[in-house]
Amino acid sequence: MTAVLSSERAGNHAGTSSALPVSFRGLRRTFGTGNAAHTVLQDVTFDVAAGEVLAILGPSGCGKSTLLRAAAGLDSPSAGSVVIQDTPVHGIDPRCAFAFQEPRLLPWHTLQANVAIGLPTGCSAKEGKAKVSRLLELVGLDSFAKHRPREVSGGMAQRASLARALARNPGVLLLDEPFGALDALTRIKMQDLLLDVHQAEPTTVLLVTHDVDEALQLADRIIVLGAADDGQGATIVRTVDVPGTRPRDRASAELAALRVSLLASLGVDGH
Amino acid sequence: MSNPGNPFLTGNSVADERAAAATAATADAARTGALPAPAPATGWSPAGVRSRNWARLPLGLIIPAILLAAWQAASATGLFSVVQLPPPAMVLGAAGELLGRGELGTHIAISTQRVVIGFLIGAALGLILGATVGLSKIADALLAPTIGALRAVPSLAWVPLLILWLKIGEDSKVTLIIIGAFFPVFTTVSLALRHVDRNLVEAARAFGLKGVRLLTTVQLPAVVPAVFSGLRLALAQAWLFLVAAELIASSMGLGFLLIDSQNNGRTDRLFLAIVLLAVIGKLTDALLGLAEKWAVKRWA
Ligand SMILES: Nc1ncnc2c1ncn2[C@@H]1O[C@H](COP(=O)(O)OP(=O)(O)OP(=O)(O)O)[C@@H](O)[C@H]1O
Ligand SMILES: [Mg+2]
Repeated sequence: MTAVLSSERAGNHAGTSSALPVSFRGLRRTFGTGNAAHTVLQDVTFDVAAGEVLAILGPSGCGKSTLLRAAAGLDSPSAGSVVIQDTPVHGIDPRCAFAFQEPRLLPWHTLQANVAIGLPTGCSAKEGKAKVSRLLELVGLDSFAKHRPREVSGGMAQRASLARALARNPGVLLLDEPFGALDALTRIKMQDLLLDVHQAEPTTVLLVTHDVDEALQLADRIIVLGAADDGQGATIVRTVDVPGTRPRDRASAELAALRVSLLASLGVDGH
Repeated sequence: MSNPGNPFLTGNSVADERAAAATAATADAARTGALPAPAPATGWSPAGVRSRNWARLPLGLIIPAILLAAWQAASATGLFSVVQLPPPAMVLGAAGELLGRGELGTHIAISTQRVVIGFLIGAALGLILGATVGLSKIADALLAPTIGALRAVPSLAWVPLLILWLKIGEDSKVTLIIIGAFFPVFTTVSLALRHVDRNLVEAARAFGLKGVRLLTTVQLPAVVPAVFSGLRLALAQAWLFLVAAELIASSMGLGFLLIDSQNNGRTDRLFLAIVLLAVIGKLTDALLGLAEKWAVKRWA
């Protein structure tokens, strides 16, 4: 699999294929105005190195998706900024690719046409076709290439959505709970797939997840979002460097201890 | 090529590439959870749909046949005078007579021509303005109140003005039909565009689609079903407005046949005109229905 991807990399000149550093600087997002104003995120500051895999953990509704949307330029922060490499994000950023929390596939296109939407501009038709079929194969959907989204399961649609994001060869890959709709077995396979892809093409990955184990398995570093001191929205309450190198042993005692302490940070009594 | 970025939308076959992918499928595919080859979608096959359609046709003809029989029976009992209710055979005879004189063909042709021209222009304007108002907030604020007010004017109120401006020619009739066909399309298209799934539009924008490509890739396909229901309403309106126009001022067409037969006490021809309007209206609607089926299967 690694060979497949690296050969593609050698032959591909389209898109930003090298990993880019991202930095969030004093990010704040308030929805609504006046009495209805409602701060979701405040004072979010952190840096992600080029090629790093960063997991973002936090309770439901704390603003994880909002954070990713700011990085992609789909949402503009009320204060602060996101800087990719040296240029601040302003409007939809072509250096990012987004796998949304829901698959968001176009119902009137086949899976392969949907994945092809992710191809970077300037990618030739021949190159694009080859890449799409490789990606579909990679996510185990090659025999469903001609199916419409409504003809496949939710988990399959989510894998197609992941393939669409990977098609872009992005400098920054933004994954919003990409494995949320998958069964435990497929989830592990897709996690391994992501690691393989990352090894072959070391892009910067921001991965939002609910799953502490997933974060421990995949990430170099984990940030935990939680209520800010003044109770106004969420901010980073904890940063964890995950020990060891990937692939990590799912049964390691060190990780098990970290898991308990992370669950505690999330307000779960994890014994 | 309308979609330069997407190699799968250009219509050329990918079978060769699929074959290649299939041979390349190795242990990797198994690792990544490749499922067995897809079973054909259950409960649906083109043949099944077609055979059901053929069953529909005779079913739909039952009630017209009953009506025809009831009509024949009612006129045979002598309950109604021939002037009130001419028997079907007499109507058929009137059709033969008018056909022989070449008048019926002319009436049908001119009415159909008016409807087709008026419908096409009205629907095209409705699509363009509907898309503009549906996609642009500024255009909406600028145009919607005016168009809404014009829409509130009852159709027949336009007739004197149209005759004054355009005289009693083809232009005034076609214009009235354009007005009739415009509004259903305009309303459905502008509303549907405003309700296109925002998440889909956002996803497409996140992958760099904008402007015309965003329109043709996401927004237009999303409103195809709505556009067709608007078009079918518009076609019905076009026939309605045709008869209104021809009743008031014309020397040819099915509407003229109606008013002329009334004036001459030819109830058989009056019936003929009504039956023809029903049949031709239904036929044109069925044609549009076929196009709709194709489009919905393609896009939705
Ligand atoms: N467009 C919006 N307008 C108003 N409020 C919004 C908007 N988008 C998000 N919010 C609010 O921001 C908060 C965070 O939303 P977000 O989707 O980022 O949460 P999340 O951490 O991704 O949650 P989950 O884990 O359930 O996906 C929510 O309270 C939500 O109501
Ligand atoms: Mg979310």
